[in-house]
Amino acid sequence: MPGSARGAGGPAATAWALPLAVLLATLAAGFAFGLWATAWWALLAIGFVCVVLLAQELESRLALRWRGPFQRGLALGFPLSLLLIWELLAGAGILNPRWFPPPSQIAVALWELTVTFDRFNRSSLIGRPWLVPQVVSEQGWAGVQELVRESHVWATLSRVLGGFLIGALPGVLIGMVMGLNRTVRMMLDATMSAIYVLPKIAIFPILMLVFPNPFGEGPKIAVVAISAFFLVAISTMAGVQGIDKVYLEAGRNFGASRWQMFRHVILPGALPIVFSGLRLALGTALIVIVAVEFVRADRGVGFLIYYYWQVLVTPRMYAALVVVMALGVGLTALLQWVERRVMPWRRN
Amino acid sequence: MSAKIVARSAEKRFQTRAGWMTALRDFDLEVAEGEFLCLVGPSGCGKSTFLRILAGLDHATGGEVRIDPGPDPRQPLANVVFQEYAVFPWKTVLHNVAFGLEMRGVGRREREATAHRWIDKVALTRFVDYYPAQLSGGMKQRVSIARALANDPQVLLMDEPLGALDAQTRAVLQEELLQLWEESRKTVLYVTHSIDEAVFLGDRVVVMTAHPGTVKTVIDVDLPRPRDLSVMATPEFAALTGAVWDALRDEVRRAMAEQA
Repeated sequence: MPGSARGAGGPAATAWALPLAVLLATLAAGFAFGLWATAWWALLAIGFVCVVLLAQELESRLALRWRGPFQRGLALGFPLSLLLIWELLAGAGILNPRWFPPPSQIAVALWELTVTFDRFNRSSLIGRPWLVPQVVSEQGWAGVQELVRESHVWATLSRVLGGFLIGALPGVLIGMVMGLNRTVRMMLDATMSAIYVLPKIAIFPILMLVFPNPFGEGPKIAVVAISAFFLVAISTMAGVQGIDKVYLEAGRNFGASRWQMFRHVILPGALPIVFSGLRLALGTALIVIVAVEFVRADRGVGFLIYYYWQVLVTPRMYAALVVVMALGVGLTALLQWVERRVMPWRRN
Repeated sequence: MSAKIVARSAEKRFQTRAGWMTALRDFDLEVAEGEFLCLVGPSGCGKSTFLRILAGLDHATGGEVRIDPGPDPRQPLANVVFQEYAVFPWKTVLHNVAFGLEMRGVGRREREATAHRWIDKVALTRFVDYYPAQLSGGMKQRVSIARALANDPQVLLMDEPLGALDAQTRAVLQEELLQLWEESRKTVLYVTHSIDEAVFLGDRVVVMTAHPGTVKTVIDVDLPRPRDLSVMATPEFAALTGAVWDALRDEVRRAMAEQA
């Protein structure tokens, strides 16, 4: 801080030195007395506090225009250093690499999963898109379909998106009707709330009985759809009921008809809460589909996780976890994009 | 001049948890065509209730409240400028101002032309495509005023429209409002807490009693028009606000005693 009265010695020096000293002492004590095995949680807590203090001290010494980049650097640097520590600990054998393989191994496993074709299971991670030109010339469209069918990512994605859409659209409709009509609300609310709390994965066995092909896509998509439906319906109802009365009165005073009221006041007024319901439903859809694929599937990222757990190829299991994370991030970004499109007034 | 708004022994009763509440009783009032009438009274005296009945948002439980319909049946009776703006956050300034016209089925080009004209008049030209969240409180209330006026109602109802604004913004908007009104000379019913505002804007100031609300006194404001804020410095203005306050003081005390 140029121009400030702060000197080089005194409190400024302690602000640096004290947390640094504590941090080093903690690490040293951890190794010297074998505390890592028992009191690792205390060592981690002390270490974390020291790192935070150091980062704050460092930031206060930066020129104002560097503080923004510094904070973004923290957001990126923290997870990267965690990965680095993981890598080092696993490499040194402190973390058992069989259960916690180093990130570098996971990256390699992810690459292998992507490029290899599992002959036994006749599947691949993303369907080997580089084969498309060759397959089209040899077998035409049917060959491409074959490639799509072998893809684990596509299997999971189609179940999540299909189930989400099939559940969310009627969810919005029923939720709107429940929000608008007291009679319908009274009839359905108690029932919906009761089913809402039931973990939908619990009805998966019933769905397998109901569908003609219990091992097909039907029950899997249905269980995702049902999970999404109740979440979306209940939050849509809350969104409609939560619209500030003054907007309804303004609509009435300016002579809006029933349809105009819905189109110009109720629908846009409820949208923010509808979308928070959709976000929740999307997250739940991903949880449900992974759980279903653990149990009953020969395709899908959930299947991969469970399969590589069973055969104890943990790097590939972690690689599949990374794919699930990427799917979640991608789908959420997609929904946010739609949200910005549909509600331009909430952009800033 | 003929009476545009007529209330005869109007009564409004609400059912609340504590039993029946009478908001208005024996409420008699006539507002002439083209008159700017201000309604003041202690909080909870039923002045907003009367306005809501005129707006068609509530019904009188007794007596008569009506707006004399004009010669053109398509012209809307009464539009409201609400207390907390009530401009739709999901519509741009343009679509907010064109809202009433859109509800009445006016074609896109015509309603947007009308909206643009009113947006110019309230000095928001630069902000046509802004959303309310991007505007200050004073600008939002300008949008709300333009929305009501663009719909060209026979009566303009204003429910403490400037109450939430800071003193300076409020003074500026009072002046702007008077200029707009001078152009059209619409019948206005203006509910307010502020005695200065009532005297500055109105042709008459109606003082209401604490609840149940009835008309206590009517004070004629014979200050020359067009007015600007300098009128507030004249002895006539002081005398009028003094008269309103004399009528109001006991009612405010009574209302406060009842609430305590």
